[in-house]
Amino acid sequence: MEEVRIYIMGKEYKVPAGLTIMKAMEYAGYRYIRGAGCRAGFCGACATIYRKEGDYKLYADLACQKTVEEGMHLVQLPFSPANKAIYDIEKIKVDDKTILSFYPEIARCVSCNTCTKACPQELEVMDYIQASLRGDIKKAAELGFDCIQCGLCAIRCPAEIVHYHVAQLARRLYGKYIAPKSKHLEKRVREIEEGRYNKAIKELMNKSLEELRKMYNERDIEPGD
Amino acid sequence: MYPKEMQKSIEKVEKSREERLHKLPERLKEKEKEELLLKWHPDYKPEAKRKIRVGVSKNAIVPNEVADLIEAYPLENPAEIDLSNIDYQTDILIIGGGGAGCTAALFAYYNGVKPENILIATKLRNGDANTMMAQGGIQAADKENDSPLIHYLDVIGGGHFANKTELVERLVMDAPIIIKWHEELGVMYDKKDDGEMITVHGGGTSRRRMHSAKDYTGMEIMRVLRDEIRNIGVNIIEFSPAIELLIDDEGKAAGAILYNLETDQYYVVKAKATIIATGGFGRLHIQGFPTTNHYGATCDGVVLAYRMGAILRDMDSVQYHPTGVAYPEQIVGLLVTEKVRSLGAQPLNSEGEQFVHPLEPRDVEASAFIKECYGKNKGVITPTGMRGIWLDSPIIDILHGEGTIERRLGAMFRMFKRFDIDMREEPILVFPTLHYQNGGIEINSNAEVLSPKGVIKGLFAAGEVTGGVHGKNRLMGNSLLDTQVFGRIAGINSAKYVKNCKIGKLSVEHVKKYVEELKKEGIEEKRRAPMILPDYREKRVLSRAIDIL
Repeated sequence: MEEVRIYIMGKEYKVPAGLTIMKAMEYAGYRYIRGAGCRAGFCGACATIYRKEGDYKLYADLACQKTVEEGMHLVQLPFSPANKAIYDIEKIKVDDKTILSFYPEIARCVSCNTCTKACPQELEVMDYIQASLRGDIKKAAELGFDCIQCGLCAIRCPAEIVHYHVAQLARRLYGKYIAPKSKHLEKRVREIEEGRYNKAIKELMNKSLEELRKMYNERDIEPGD
Repeated sequence: MYPKEMQKSIEKVEKSREERLHKLPERLKEKEKEELLLKWHPDYKPEAKRKIRVGVSKNAIVPNEVADLIEAYPLENPAEIDLSNIDYQTDILIIGGGGAGCTAALFAYYNGVKPENILIATKLRNGDANTMMAQGGIQAADKENDSPLIHYLDVIGGGHFANKTELVERLVMDAPIIIKWHEELGVMYDKKDDGEMITVHGGGTSRRRMHSAKDYTGMEIMRVLRDEIRNIGVNIIEFSPAIELLIDDEGKAAGAILYNLETDQYYVVKAKATIIATGGFGRLHIQGFPTTNHYGATCDGVVLAYRMGAILRDMDSVQYHPTGVAYPEQIVGLLVTEKVRSLGAQPLNSEGEQFVHPLEPRDVEASAFIKECYGKNKGVITPTGMRGIWLDSPIIDILHGEGTIERRLGAMFRMFKRFDIDMREEPILVFPTLHYQNGGIEINSNAEVLSPKGVIKGLFAAGEVTGGVHGKNRLMGNSLLDTQVFGRIAGINSAKYVKNCKIGKLSVEHVKKYVEELKKEGIEEKRRAPMILPDYREKRVLSRAIDIL
């Protein structure tokens, strides 16, 4: 078995090559309480900082996605304290200053791009902060869409911006106020509220198993994409 | 990068691609499906299950791993629990901070309960839940050629007609209302320029009814719900799972005991209504399968509610998602969303041959994969000896245009890219993985928990922890919907309930009785439940661990 040497908070362990950081730490005997959520790259609970031997840089990644490398020095950051703006989404007036008014610190962005380099999702983090600053909500929402809110950007930012909360606000503003409303959805909700399907669904519920089976097996299927 | 042996098989996939492009196998007839399930689905193996020996659903058949938890003693001896000191007093206690729990909190708030009178207790962080991981989509019959009636038929047929009809009725009738609510909250669904929802098929659907937010649908919904919970100011205690429910002297639900994972303290929560929204049980690794589930999915809610007298239903039925990752080893078992097949990727054997329609219901699809690998010996074998089926993903960009995979399957693309596999160029390898707890606690359409004597007062449940909505098999896109529909109902009804409710003296009498029953059945005191967190420490480490305290 090929092994690699890693350091978990300064202590040396030998673990099989090819394991993710999360599995390597468990192999070494660590049991997660914090720092493990979905274990599949969706929740951002396992933010990890590491350094490689002979390299001055600090790297950031997700423990459940990154594979261990020889000589890695690991520290987990499963909690990053962050300021979140409080708002009533129903009462926000949307214009090009909205995001700035909730997160004035975005004006402190020095365009150093450290946030982008820290992002385990490889998002253009600095670009969505700049878009937010310009008031381009659509752009900010799109660029920040795949954000898993792990907080690594915010931990590394010299201007102390909380990028992931900024993106969250941009997305909600876009989804609620800028994206066009779905007309067919409105229509269907109205029909349901008017009780149009009430009688028919009760009839369906009272059908015998045999009748239902027949209906199910004979139902027409809309062609695929 | 695939090893050489696997690359040979990929060449066969590439060779047959042109001919397969617009040609799919016939869908299976009802009888063929039954035969396939009976012979090849893991759920139909009798030795993997047993009758439970205690409680109100005594003799019900469940997986051995579930029976082990049900036939286990409490973590804390009920005779030693001191309830005289109440740490938190609240109107509504919600156990679980995923999709169902957060939605319940929001609707309790909309229905007049003040945020400071709602408490969410979660095992991990608020939102570390299976909801966050749901990629493919959420069903709702809101298109012109669709209706709740057609949705109803799909659900009930997909569930093998074992579903509880009043729950299916609510699921399909409330679905468009939920999507509308999401739209108003600012959830970014995939839409066309005129606002029309972009919808696709899922396995077993007869209409293109799957709404999505790229392949981050659950995450997008969960992020918004969590943001809203924080805006409103609902109380949340994280890293504090419930380890026992409480009752009062009339037998009503009256809160829970929480356990602070970091300080080992326990907290007594007195609540007028309790909502169980703890999710499923993938981390029990039923029959040794890998799982798509999050770290805390260990069946806790079922165990606790069962001690209080809740009926269990359909717990014998487990969902194996046909497409879990089979290669590379580092991510084995993680989910490849069904949307990959919805968008056209075809399942193929090691010879590059089609053998099943890509969009059969999940249990049928999974059975076909297992048969191909182990019955016909036509699986692709990985360096660790695992067998798998190709999903010919490059077809997606051929069918829908370049950039589709990156745009609509960004999470999938990223997951494989991290291991140097480019799913735009190469197929991906999959095999069934443990995905969903089909059954669970029985509720009525008010999300009230049922005992043999009727409703357990003050106890509600919603989401994956409940049974009946999906019968014996859940269709894609109905789990996100389930959390939202029944979370909403639980929130509304618990808000009504707490208006005229007084809680008497707290007790754990039900747990004492349960322990007596375990002893009477001669069950040895060697197992404890709930499990809380699975243990993945290396055996070598555990064999030398010392327990100083």
